[in-house]
Amino acid sequence: VCILSDGHDRERTFPATRDNQDVVVIVPVYNEGAVLAQVLGELTTTFPRVVCVDDGSTDESARIAELAGATVIRHPANLGQGAALQTGLTYALTQPAEFFVTFDSDGQHLVDDALAMLEIARDGEADIVLGSRFLEPRSEVPAVRRLVLGAGVLFTRLTTRLPVTDTHNGLRVMTRHTARHLKLQLHGMAHASEILGVVARHRLRFVEAPITVVYTDYSRSKGQSSVNAINLVIDLALARLRYAR
Amino acid sequence: MTIKLLLLAGVVLAALFAYRGAPTASSLATRRLALVATLAAAGVAILAPDLVTAVANAVGVGRGTDLVLYVFVLASLFIWIGLYRRLHEMEARFVQLNRAIALNQLPGSDSRDVDA
Repeated sequence: VCILSDGHDRERTFPATRDNQDVVVIVPVYNEGAVLAQVLGELTTTFPRVVCVDDGSTDESARIAELAGATVIRHPANLGQGAALQTGLTYALTQPAEFFVTFDSDGQHLVDDALAMLEIARDGEADIVLGSRFLEPRSEVPAVRRLVLGAGVLFTRLTTRLPVTDTHNGLRVMTRHTARHLKLQLHGMAHASEILGVVARHRLRFVEAPITVVYTDYSRSKGQSSVNAINLVIDLALARLRYAR
Repeated sequence: MTIKLLLLAGVVLAALFAYRGAPTASSLATRRLALVATLAAAGVAILAPDLVTAVANAVGVGRGTDLVLYVFVLASLFIWIGLYRRLHEMEARFVQLNRAIALNQLPGSDSRDVDA
């Protein structure tokens, strides 16, 4: 039995017998050869179904993912993280699973957080569980990043009216019902807000769970430039108008 | 003053053009008619430059050259937006194609299962 705090000041116990056969973990990957073996190694020991979408990597990422025991889907060309997530979801929906986890490949996320979020989803209280690094001050978020993410949160709150605390977090758990609603059109980094747009439009029940985001020199160097926030806002504004229903 | 209204209307149309749905057969026809009209107008303007000035004066612009410049700027706006939309649609198809290829390469994949 493994014991985790789910952030609501009570201890949760997970049955060690939980085999997670009903879960598909989707890991979009683009040139993460340096950390991928470790990230996938931890995931595959916990989850039998790990799908790695290699978004046209030019390094050894795809081979590493295969060695780690993940199902590897290779985009022939680099399309962007949103497109990789959608490919993973499209495939995952063909699998006999009820829960779909999205997990970043750069080592920012913790498997234990994913497990805690899964328990919330299994309780049936939420259609989607979103990881938030700001719900509890567990992560040491760099100051500039905090500012940019704060602006993103404000923007999302204004446009979707969802009371979220963290909008650009790659760790999510969703039900099959939710996954079926997602048809991501924004192929780059703006998909995070696009997902929230779908949640708002279909009035899906969402819960935020406190998670830890591990900022390492590696993840910092791989992460998006904060200037990219401007592109995200424009992408979203155009998409809102274009796909407005 | 007429020119100000005409140009503002053009800018508003350009903005609508940017946010409109997918192009249809009628929009293709519109584009082709616009091309023919532009070619005809260009021919007339070359043969009778004074006519351009006369038209310019009629809408409140001093010189024909200035009118040509205004029309050119407005036309580029439409071309620019049109190209952007084309690229965007092409990217969407490119993503679909890649996704279909990627999913079909999986061992035991059946393309009928995949709604790429």
